[in-house]
Amino acid sequence: MTTFQSSVRLMLRCIVIAFVIFIHDNAKARDANAAFVREIAPGVYAHQGAVALMNAENRGDIANIGFVVGEKCVAVIDAGGSLEVGRALLAALRQITDKPICFVVNTHVHPDHIFGDGAFVAPGVTFVGHKNLPRALAQRGAFYKKSFRPMIGALADEAVIVTPTLTVDGERTLDLGGRALTVRSWRTAHTDNDVSVFDTASGVIFTGDLVFLRHTPVVDGSLLGFLSVVGDLEKIPAKLAVPGHGPIGVDWPAALQAEKTYLETLTKDLRRLVKSGERVDRAAQEAAQSEKSKWSLFDDYNPRNATAGFAELEWE
Amino acid sequence: MVRGNLLAGSLVALMACSGALALDRPDLWPGLAKDIFASKAISKDADIATLEAPARAEDAAIVPMTINLAKPATQVRKATLVIDQNPAPMAASFTIGANSGLTQISTRVRVNDYTEVHLVSETTDGSLHMVERFVKAAGGCSAPSVKSLDEANANIGQMKFRTIAASDLGDARRREAQIMIRHPNNSGLQMDQVTRLYIPARYIDQVKVTQGDDLIFQMEGGISISEDPNFRFTFVPNGSKTITVEAHDTDGKVWRSQFPIEGAS
Repeated sequence: MTTFQSSVRLMLRCIVIAFVIFIHDNAKARDANAAFVREIAPGVYAHQGAVALMNAENRGDIANIGFVVGEKCVAVIDAGGSLEVGRALLAALRQITDKPICFVVNTHVHPDHIFGDGAFVAPGVTFVGHKNLPRALAQRGAFYKKSFRPMIGALADEAVIVTPTLTVDGERTLDLGGRALTVRSWRTAHTDNDVSVFDTASGVIFTGDLVFLRHTPVVDGSLLGFLSVVGDLEKIPAKLAVPGHGPIGVDWPAALQAEKTYLETLTKDLRRLVKSGERVDRAAQEAAQSEKSKWSLFDDYNPRNATAGFAELEWE
Repeated sequence: MVRGNLLAGSLVALMACSGALALDRPDLWPGLAKDIFASKAISKDADIATLEAPARAEDAAIVPMTINLAKPATQVRKATLVIDQNPAPMAASFTIGANSGLTQISTRVRVNDYTEVHLVSETTDGSLHMVERFVKAAGGCSAPSVKSLDEANANIGQMKFRTIAASDLGDARRREAQIMIRHPNNSGLQMDQVTRLYIPARYIDQVKVTQGDDLIFQMEGGISISEDPNFRFTFVPNGSKTITVEAHDTDGKVWRSQFPIEGAS
């Protein structure tokens, strides 16, 4: 064999190997894309974010997000904490179905749920949210892009704030073709712009941050409102829940219990501290400490909840 | 491999940037001091008044601040709270009543960013004295805005007063009390480019607290004061049976309430 022939042969062999690797990697990428979500009920897919604060390593991927596939089209529920996360969800969705996306529901204003919205902006896609969501986005959108820059860098800059064009005041049914999702707006609880999404066909409820598991609940609206909404949520005849944070596809209404205990404990402690004339800064360090061992990120969120809760309960 | 290196590289760059972001804020104080205090000399000393502020804001919308008049004998005429990095840095200016016996006053403010907070006290001789604290911004989804605008607007102007059973206030006659006023204290919003929303600013710009003819304190404030403005203070009863609170907002609305002083002679 001449040197030339062997070179050609070697080259061909390299091309074949490269091709095989390419195919293999592509398949792996496809599996990885699809593995980004888990099918928790027929046609209902969810991704579990890390129980963590948003940072450069987790790329803002800390919230639970997902989508529901109907006969006609798909509804996405929350887009994640960065454009990157939104794109990963979209890639996973496209491995599963070719149907068009007709709705993106944002469960509330917080960055870990909306910074990925930009990945889904396209003709025919309607963004859906609470009647107060446009106002909350106007008040906080620009602030969040700035305040999250130290934590996630350029990911904050590239986040696109998308204002919903379909707003919900009460209940609204989204028709996905042979499948109806009920979007329900709630009184001020986790925020003043929370909605839940209930898929009657499967009995799965996407609660947004009205339900936390493992991750310390966050009160950025009203402590008493949150407690009252938890009571109302219990009556919804769902089977499984995708909470805003923590494990997905969990039993309903058992998923509410830990959060309910936390909110009740916090309320009870704060009422006692208000009554005894304690100062808000001291109360924030003392309240609900008995709950500490049950939750992640407790020191990040409990003093904050206690501060806001104290200011609320002082009016009782 | 290359991708991994790129990723690692960008992470390092990112972290370097984020560190810089927290530290490289411009020092706004010289300009603020000049504007707010008309270029008067300000001595840096904690002999006149001190400021209690948390090292980190837990909730950006509700950050407690406590002013202690360190030498009540040295009459402090005015105590001004400046939050350097806020959109409206002049948070509140408290005029202290000469016969009030006030030694401490707490309120709650909004903190937008990593910031120095300055307390400037003016004594009866007209001299200015300053202390400063550094407050780290609240993390996460915390924001220095109204938590529930609808509820805040629905109850606007409602007031609550209470006396607090305090332990040692340095004088047997001295009491501690708290005044709360329902108000969104909203910074408003210029036309938002994305949502096309416009929310007019509306906030409490003055609160006056008196017992009889004697002033306890008067506050001139702005949007850096938290929603539902809240003031906790000490005073020495002057024999009046009631405390009068008068609050004024930027819409020209005035709310006036009287509350009995428990155990007034």
